[in-house]
Amino acid sequence: MTGHGTRTIRVDTLARVEGEGSLYIKLVGERVADVKLKIYEPPRFFEAFLRGRHFSEAADITARICGICPVAYQMSAVHAIERALGVRIDPAVRLLRRLFYCGEWIESHTLHVYMLHAPDFLGYQDAIAMARDHRAVVEKALRLKKIGNRIVQLLGGREIHPISAAVGGFYKTPTRQHLRDLVDDLEWALEASLETVRWTAGLQFPNFEQDYEFVALRHPEEYPFNEGRLVSNRGLDIDAAEYEDHFVELHVKHSNALHSVVRGRGSYLVGPLARFNLNFDKLPEVARKAAADAGLQPPVRNIFRSIVVRAVELVFACAEALRAIHEYEPPTVPRIEVPDRIGVGQAITEAPRGILYHRYALDEKGLIVTAKIVPPTSQNQKRIEDDLREYAAQLVAWPIEEATWKCEQAVRSYDPCISCATHFLKLVVEREDVKD
Amino acid sequence: MSSKSKHKPRIGVFKFASCDGCQLSLLDAEDELLGVAGAVEIAYFPEATRAMSKGPYDIGLVEGSITTYQDAQHIQEVRRQCKTLITIGACATAGGIQALRNWKDVEEFIRVVYATPQFISTLKLSTPIAEHVPVDFELRGCPINKYQLIELITATLAGRKPNVPSYSVCIECKRKANVCITVAKGVPCLGPVTQAGCGALCPSYDRGCYGCYGPMETPNTASMTSQFRILGQTDSQVARAFRGFNAWAWQFRKASEECERT
Repeated sequence: MTGHGTRTIRVDTLARVEGEGSLYIKLVGERVADVKLKIYEPPRFFEAFLRGRHFSEAADITARICGICPVAYQMSAVHAIERALGVRIDPAVRLLRRLFYCGEWIESHTLHVYMLHAPDFLGYQDAIAMARDHRAVVEKALRLKKIGNRIVQLLGGREIHPISAAVGGFYKTPTRQHLRDLVDDLEWALEASLETVRWTAGLQFPNFEQDYEFVALRHPEEYPFNEGRLVSNRGLDIDAAEYEDHFVELHVKHSNALHSVVRGRGSYLVGPLARFNLNFDKLPEVARKAAADAGLQPPVRNIFRSIVVRAVELVFACAEALRAIHEYEPPTVPRIEVPDRIGVGQAITEAPRGILYHRYALDEKGLIVTAKIVPPTSQNQKRIEDDLREYAAQLVAWPIEEATWKCEQAVRSYDPCISCATHFLKLVVEREDVKD
Repeated sequence: MSSKSKHKPRIGVFKFASCDGCQLSLLDAEDELLGVAGAVEIAYFPEATRAMSKGPYDIGLVEGSITTYQDAQHIQEVRRQCKTLITIGACATAGGIQALRNWKDVEEFIRVVYATPQFISTLKLSTPIAEHVPVDFELRGCPINKYQLIELITATLAGRKPNVPSYSVCIECKRKANVCITVAKGVPCLGPVTQAGCGALCPSYDRGCYGCYGPMETPNTASMTSQFRILGQTDSQVARAFRGFNAWAWQFRKASEECERT
């Protein structure tokens, strides 16, 4: 079956990603002729209907872009608006927001590592099938995920579309005792995360290294969540306010999401790999050691290994959550009153999948005049296509079924959230052999 | 269901325009997930599994609203495949937040978001599933309550009526012994006209309800509007309050349009 005729590899819906899209790969002989990650999720027009809404509604409305990472949307929204209005938040609120993000990272990373990505490595269709042979692993995953959700629930009221985050703080803040109640669970979670690092490190990884431009926040003292400069391994070092001078979104015909590129350079990578490679020195000792024991040294350039990096970030998130809980003193008021006024503000925060940019312009009544949102998946989208162009070339001699699954696995390495970028992932690999 | 055959009930999860949050509720039911997975066959659920079996399905869970021509066709096919069709969440039951386009010029919206508007195809309205096909049960919420979802699946399999209340959020506040934030603090709250289901979350966190579960059975929106005005809200503020995640639900729609007319 090699060398002659036309072959088509086709999977109608790429599974275990958030949202729906399609992938099209055309092979002509040994050459990858075309790669298109198509996003057919119907457009929802958030940036348009945010206009005319009050700034206090932005966190609630933008959360609905994504049910998987609503905390990220709320954090980028409130920080951008606080910048527009010159608000300085209480240090206790700052700490709580880090804790809030820890909860989402734990929940989201656990979901991805165990339920969405690990089945690819072990040859299962899904985590439910995996549970038949690895019941204890899946049960541990569910417990870990639940602990992440518990943090979000405590601070935000519920795990999906939480209701407490506000410009200026939170509607309600917890007592010290509320947070202390999480400690036992988090200590267990830290151990479970360390086991997750060891477990994922033992998986088999395709040999696939790429020369990526990694882009992530960098903060002088901390592993980044809500603050820091935006940096890359190719010399980028900017404030959030300069984001649009350096990145540009292209609208391509085959997708309802927008492709983002670094001006003058092209595709780039955001997410766990970028954060880890650019902020390794800011990880707590326990996470650095876990990474070293797992054989991870920055820079990690194999996207398939992102599953191990996610596990290392789980260790970080559990350790950081415990630190935040120990340091917490409730703020004097849950949130400061923020008067309406004119302003423009931008913020970048680290969603589980990578940087999430928001910009708002407000009028004198506090109503949104314009809004701009750049989610992580639209930033990674071009990079996913670039990877597949390289990776599919390695698979030309593989049986169709296996090559297809491997391509899906590569896409899932990015933990794409197509709900964010908008949806519909359909994998179609078309093969056209040429006569030699 | 299917009492004569021995096969496990087959469940399909289908998605239209939405955030994925309601179907994620199933994966967020950490304590129940493996139990549910043992009792049913998850036959189609792309967010969770690569294995996708063809219909027919005993239960179809549908998330999202209809916003494109293709989706309007697709929901017809989904309906044909599902013995019982349940819509989950505000998008599927009321058109969702994306129904805000229904009051605007969608062409203009496309120009705001996309650089090359001719690449985008979309319908003028975002509409709930029930405007397209008959629906057996509508589970409200933005997002849905995962315990209500488990109850609904269990009840459907047992052939009984699900215990999902249609009274207002106020009842939940009373049950939790919350002090009414409108009465005590003068905070505008949609609780009196909004269906219960969240556990009176916002009032419990010192803020007014913003209507995630949509209109309760026979809501008195006129009285709600005048209460908001008494609290100093302008007509445009009241209109915005009704124009949230369930804006296209007819009772809220009527209320917001009345505010705009005054």
